[in-house]
Amino acid sequence: MSYQPIKFYQTGTFTVGNRLLAPEERSVQASAKRFNSINSGHRACQGCGEALGARYAIDAAMEATHGQLVCANATGCLEVFSTPYPETSWQVPWIHSLFGNTAAVATGIAAALKVKQKKAPHGQEIRVVAQGGDGGTTDIGFGCLSGMFERNDDVLYICYDNGGYMNTGIQRSSATPPAARTATTPAVGVEPGNVFGQGKFVPAIAMAHEIPYVATATVADLRDLEAKVRRAMEIRGARYLHILVPCPLGWGTASHDTIRMARLAKETGLFPVFSAEHGEQKSALAIRRQLPVEEYLKPQKRYAHLFAPTPRVEVLAQLQALADRNIKRYGLLDGGKQ
Amino acid sequence: MDKPFAITLDPGSSLANRTGSWRTFRPVYLDRLPPCNAACPAGENIQGWLYHAESGNYEQAWRALVDNNPLPAIMGRVCYHPCEGACNRQQVDEAVGINSIERFLGDEAIRRGWQFSKPAAPSGKKVLVVGAGPSGLSAAYHLARLGHAVTIREAGPYAGGMMRFGIPKYRLPREVIEAEVQRIVNLGVTLTLNCKVANIEQAMKEEGFDAAFLAVGAHIGKRAYIPAGTAAKMVDAISVLRSMEGEEKPQLGRRVVVYGGGNTAIDVARTVKRMGAEPVIVYRRTRDKAPAHDFEIEEALQEGVMVKWLSTIKHADAGEIMIEKMALDAQGFPQPTGEFETLAADSVVLALGQDVDLGLLDGVPGLEVKDGVVQVGPNMMTGHPGLFAGGDMVPSERTVTVAVGHGKKAARHIDAWLRGETYAPPPKHELAGFEKLNPWYYSEAPHVVRPMLDILRRQSSFEEVVQGLDESNAQFEARRCLSCGNCFECDNCYGVCPDNAVIKLGPGKRFEFNYDYCKGCGVCAAECPCGAIKMVPEEN
Ligand SMILES: Cc1cc2nc3c(=O)[nH]c(=O)nc-3n(C[C@H](O)[C@H](O)[C@H](O)COP(=O)(O)OP(=O)(O)OC[C@H]3O[C@@H](n4cnc5c(N)ncnc54)[C@H](O)[C@@H]3O)c2cc1C
Ligand SMILES: Cc1ncc(C[n+]2csc(CCOP(=O)(O)OP(=O)(O)O)c2C)c(N)n1
Ligand code: SF4
Ligand code: SF4
Ligand code: SF4
Ligand SMILES: [Mg+2]
Repeated sequence: MSYQPIKFYQTGTFTVGNRLLAPEERSVQASAKRFNSINSGHRACQGCGEALGARYAIDAAMEATHGQLVCANATGCLEVFSTPYPETSWQVPWIHSLFGNTAAVATGIAAALKVKQKKAPHGQEIRVVAQGGDGGTTDIGFGCLSGMFERNDDVLYICYDNGGYMNTGIQRSSATPPAARTATTPAVGVEPGNVFGQGKFVPAIAMAHEIPYVATATVADLRDLEAKVRRAMEIRGARYLHILVPCPLGWGTASHDTIRMARLAKETGLFPVFSAEHGEQKSALAIRRQLPVEEYLKPQKRYAHLFAPTPRVEVLAQLQALADRNIKRYGLLDGGKQ
Repeated sequence: MDKPFAITLDPGSSLANRTGSWRTFRPVYLDRLPPCNAACPAGENIQGWLYHAESGNYEQAWRALVDNNPLPAIMGRVCYHPCEGACNRQQVDEAVGINSIERFLGDEAIRRGWQFSKPAAPSGKKVLVVGAGPSGLSAAYHLARLGHAVTIREAGPYAGGMMRFGIPKYRLPREVIEAEVQRIVNLGVTLTLNCKVANIEQAMKEEGFDAAFLAVGAHIGKRAYIPAGTAAKMVDAISVLRSMEGEEKPQLGRRVVVYGGGNTAIDVARTVKRMGAEPVIVYRRTRDKAPAHDFEIEEALQEGVMVKWLSTIKHADAGEIMIEKMALDAQGFPQPTGEFETLAADSVVLALGQDVDLGLLDGVPGLEVKDGVVQVGPNMMTGHPGLFAGGDMVPSERTVTVAVGHGKKAARHIDAWLRGETYAPPPKHELAGFEKLNPWYYSEAPHVVRPMLDILRRQSSFEEVVQGLDESNAQFEARRCLSCGNCFECDNCYGVCPDNAVIKLGPGKRFEFNYDYCKGCGVCAAECPCGAIKMVPEEN
């Protein structure tokens, strides 16, 4: 279930907090005592959506588990900018893993904790989160992830999707959107940028595993994101959360536009925000003011070739068709199928 | 060296890495000037008092309001609210109903008997205020709060000026004026009624006033030359409205023609309608060119007031008048058409504007009078040192709110002048235009409409037409404010910073940047809903 908007006529609940809301109605991020799971001094780029998304998600998970949490982290920007030896930004129990095996590492931790719990049944329960980038999740880590899903291991897996292998210099991943320019999909030739008809949308594949909970979120909708983490932590078994985290460097956007880009991805329908339980869609975060895809694409240098020297209207139409399909498939204009 | 295998360094926190050094731009918090405040002729800090009303702290809201304007219950009824015309919320849905909340606060203050806070220590200076209209009352209030001994001399039998003798009861109940005037008197102001000042220099000298503020308004109804038979009854609108306050109500007959298209014409027509007559307004131009506010014309039409647009009175006689039809020329000026019509009329009321009675200023050296009004400098002082003036008698837009603003401004300058200083207003903040906001964060919320008295009673009684808001919808309306340019503690900046570089200082204390770690990405500034953060280039 995604969050229920609070009837509050100044800002609705679109802001992070608000002095007029009762503390329990404010977001985790509004609290002066939030965990700050990832601390200042990390080396993420200015305006990094991944650093922000990770703090949003892990702080919410910490809140939901009263701080009884272990995180396993795949290699990628999130790891590299947070833990250059011997420093760390993490203020949670956190374990490094390889690029492709995070889901398996988390499964192992969950199994070990289960045994420990059996031996000391009165101790506090400890929950497990695995996290990684889109490359680590949808490409190299996909086998481990699918295994974790089909065994229904008690892990929340969070994928921070910035649409490419940003850490190693912006190469294409199977989550790179069509037409986007990356180091390996240059904007040259008849089909410049990433080709249409390839790649995959892992939230849909996760749903096909019929695991208890699958959801998508963006850094532009904090309250929705927090509600989803909270819901995920209420459930046992395999859970998957896919968060869109704009990358100013890889997308060629201004550092101050990070949240705006995520908002535009959602408002155009190019990134559907929804939740599903046991393979059935449960909710969608409705588009507030629908916009044409150009509004989202234009500010990003990775799509610059669609606008100059000559506008590639046929490509724009194809991207609009993708957005329209999402809107229809996930019921994005009316807030979900049910 | 008992470190684990391959480990040579102690674990450390990333706090050692001061990422603030990456910054080329730094975010700074600032207060910008909300457009409503910028548009208020009385210089109210609207956003400031709405802020308290939003949290239900009505007394604090009222106190913040009366820092600038001592007459909120009056303003909330008669002000033409230019603030709402400037309000940024218009671009989201509709303007915030500032005026209706102001009235709510004013009424609440009367109901609960709130009084002004005590004045400053006595200054030993005496100031004379001439005229107890809004301008004089406002000046007296501010001067008294600054510690000066203030005496108001008022020629009429009641305080309020045009608010009492012009604006009809059905728009401004008299108890409201009385309550707000009494509160000013309670501050220690001496108010003497029925006491016309005939000669200002003499009045000041006789009782040793150190300065004076003149606010005598404009009360002489303008006449126009209309050929008329001896039996034709012609009166001016101001005397009609004034006589409504006395024992003897005006005798105008059944068919009353009101000549003019301003607010006064509308008020007279609506007044005589309530007395059982059949008013017809005759105006030489069209409705959209009339100086009266459109909502007032609308309310008059609803009540059954008739209007002859594009018409002038050519001749008046006993029982009837002759009008000539006009047509607008290419420049939009009315031109005669030679087409005539007679209209039954027991009387004609002229509502053609007012002139100032400057009798009390005869012989005062240094004064400059132009176009019938007294000229003042930017400090509201006339050409005669120590003699200040404001309101309708100086060049200005003639409204209650402008008059109140003049009173405040003059009080500040008089205060400085009495101490041999000059008052320099604090520099204005930069404007919080709509482009400075991030409207995404505001949810849609339609404007609360004020209830109106039913139409039957509007035609027959002097009960107040526009009703007030109650607490719940006043608060709803207050919460529609976007808080343009001023932090309202939404926690956005604190939440959206990827580097945790915003420090939350606690309720009412706002936020601070931690420049040790702020990388200057600008996300906080972009996502601040109200435009209270600005990115400025780092020096070096
Ligand atoms: C019919 C009508 C309706 C109006 N409606 C509105 C409205 O809805 N909203 C709005 O904003 N404005 C309205 N106005 C305009 C508004 O009333 C005036 O602009 C405002 O009252 C001017 O304030 P003032 O203090 O300058 O003068 P006034 O209000 O005119 O007060 C001057 C006072 O000085 C006194 N006085 C004069 N000479 C002397 C003397 N020699 N000695 C002592 N006392 C003296 C007078 O008796 C009077 O009480 C209306 C005006 C009229 C005529
Ligand atoms: C087996 C293996 N192959 C390649 C790498 C190099 N490598 C490190 S991070 C990374 C890309 C990470 O991309 P993604 O998972 O999307 O995370 P991002 O950096 O974009 O957040 C690669 C290719 C590696 N560490 N291990
Ligand atoms: S939204 Fe509020 S602060 Fe902004 S102009 Fe309107 S009343 Fe003033
Ligand atoms: S969001 Fe944080 S890092 Fe970015 S400018 Fe604001 S305070 Fe600095
Ligand atoms: S984002 Fe919110 S809390 Fe921060 S300065 Fe703006 S209004 Fe204040
Ligand atoms: Mg990636």
